[in-house]
Amino acid sequence: MTMIGDRQQLAYIAAQAADARVNVELETEGMTLNIGPQHPATHGTLRIIARLDGEQVIWAEPSAGYMHRGYEKLTEVRTYPQVTALINRIDWLGSFANEVPFILAAEKLMGVEAPPRAQHIRTILFELSRIANVSLFLGDLGVQMGAVTPVFFAFRDREYVLNLIEAATGGRFHPNFDRIGGLKDDLPAGFIDETRTVMKKLRNFCDEIEGLLFGNEIFQSRTRGIGVIPKDVALQYGLSGANLRASGVDWDLRRDQTIPMAWDKVDWKVWTHPDGDSFARCWVRLQEVRESTKIVDQLLDTIPSGPVMAKVPKIIKVPEGEAWVSTENPLGEMGYYVVSQGDQGPFRVKIRSASFNNISIVPWALKGVYVPDIITILASLYFILGDIDR
Amino acid sequence: MGLVDRGRLPKPLTTLFNLGRSHSMWVYQWGLACCAIEMGAAFGSPRYDVMRLGVIPLPASPRQADLVVISGTVTDKMAPAIKRLYEQMPEPKYVISMGSCANCGGPYWDSYSVTKGVDQIIPVDVYVPGCPPRPEALLEGIVMLQQRIKNEDMGARWRGEGTKPMTVVDGESIEKGGVPVVVNN
Repeated sequence: MTMIGDRQQLAYIAAQAADARVNVELETEGMTLNIGPQHPATHGTLRIIARLDGEQVIWAEPSAGYMHRGYEKLTEVRTYPQVTALINRIDWLGSFANEVPFILAAEKLMGVEAPPRAQHIRTILFELSRIANVSLFLGDLGVQMGAVTPVFFAFRDREYVLNLIEAATGGRFHPNFDRIGGLKDDLPAGFIDETRTVMKKLRNFCDEIEGLLFGNEIFQSRTRGIGVIPKDVALQYGLSGANLRASGVDWDLRRDQTIPMAWDKVDWKVWTHPDGDSFARCWVRLQEVRESTKIVDQLLDTIPSGPVMAKVPKIIKVPEGEAWVSTENPLGEMGYYVVSQGDQGPFRVKIRSASFNNISIVPWALKGVYVPDIITILASLYFILGDIDR
Repeated sequence: MGLVDRGRLPKPLTTLFNLGRSHSMWVYQWGLACCAIEMGAAFGSPRYDVMRLGVIPLPASPRQADLVVISGTVTDKMAPAIKRLYEQMPEPKYVISMGSCANCGGPYWDSYSVTKGVDQIIPVDVYVPGCPPRPEALLEGIVMLQQRIKNEDMGARWRGEGTKPMTVVDGESIEKGGVPVVVNN
């Protein structure tokens, strides 16, 4: 694994050495390329400053902060139910998944546990938001490499999932549905049958995308062997989620930790890929959508009956203490460190979001690549700006 | 267009120009936050399909655009870039502010880093409320803007005499005589 990463760096050094002779005569000057802050390939407002030598990047650095909205400070002046409405918007494509770790941390401090039915529905909605998130990634991926068709497929099938989330929670992608001690409401009538149909459609969508995009020769030649991140480098930079699994690390918080959710009650597989290149990252995400549809299908069969809300007081006051809970969100590990001093709102919340750590590897991964590959690598790393800047 | 500046264009010609302008708007997508996804759904998805309204969401640069949709949270760090972009657009130019954040700061009304409304930087023609607004609400905003362009006095617009901003509201509640309800998520 290390060999591939070294080879990328060595190839660059060799290319530089070969060019050095020519450069003495031609005196090529470096150029600074500014990508962003508003660029379709940056999923929002990331700015990347790259210094080029001809067509090669010799130095690149992401400049974050264009979407900094001050979540950690704002949580200090909100009550616990209000915080959920706010943190929905951190990773705006998989909103429900953002609420869960915070609510779990607050429940941990209060010593409350949601009833089994609520845990099941939470897991279903969590996986639905993962599908909504990653299916858009799969469509967007094509656009960034010059194929426009996949995005229409993605938006078409994503709407079905959003309809489900809307039917259950009332919001298309900011549900604000999770409560301390359970859920706001039970599932609506007909949700289970509808979800089964949609999951079938989503599996078809995965097959379509696999045929359209992953089997495409141009796509393969643009992603295979591009932006290789070896196992040890991925671990050093603190990558998580599909980016880490694509580098061959078998690590998934849904399986590896015990939290009151329903993932341990179903049968599913964690996909990894040994290559660590852009193709591997995209492929792992595609498989994850398939696994998520399987998880949802199995959970629908085994939803227990009972209430969806535990007994909690009307006005929530969380006792003094500190708690850390993290879950495997669509983008990677997302966690909240909640410090409570016994008030209605948290005293301090530290948010660990996946994308911020995932893009910390950008300067390393972009070194020595060609300009068109910048977009491929950024696309395959898959970050969301709200998740980076918070 | 000296004639237009002085407002001496014959009425039939103005009508013709306005009809053409309203149905060939090039939209620059300034996607900032969550609303950008709903804007993408409105512009790029087969279900909503903005092109049937005669709106083309594909200009390569703001210099080719007639309309810009500011969708999402405007932060103080981003504000100068938005101002610069707006100044690069050719006259006549229109602005749609999409979502509560761009309208007034939204859920970040007390944040230290968020600009409380894009109208502090550039003039806004249509406000689309919601957090985020549904794609239908954005389409409604575009239709409202098209209707305004159709009835516009081109001379006034070219001279830069601003018109009052409009807000997308729930149509039914106004018919009932009630308070305008925000078209919410």
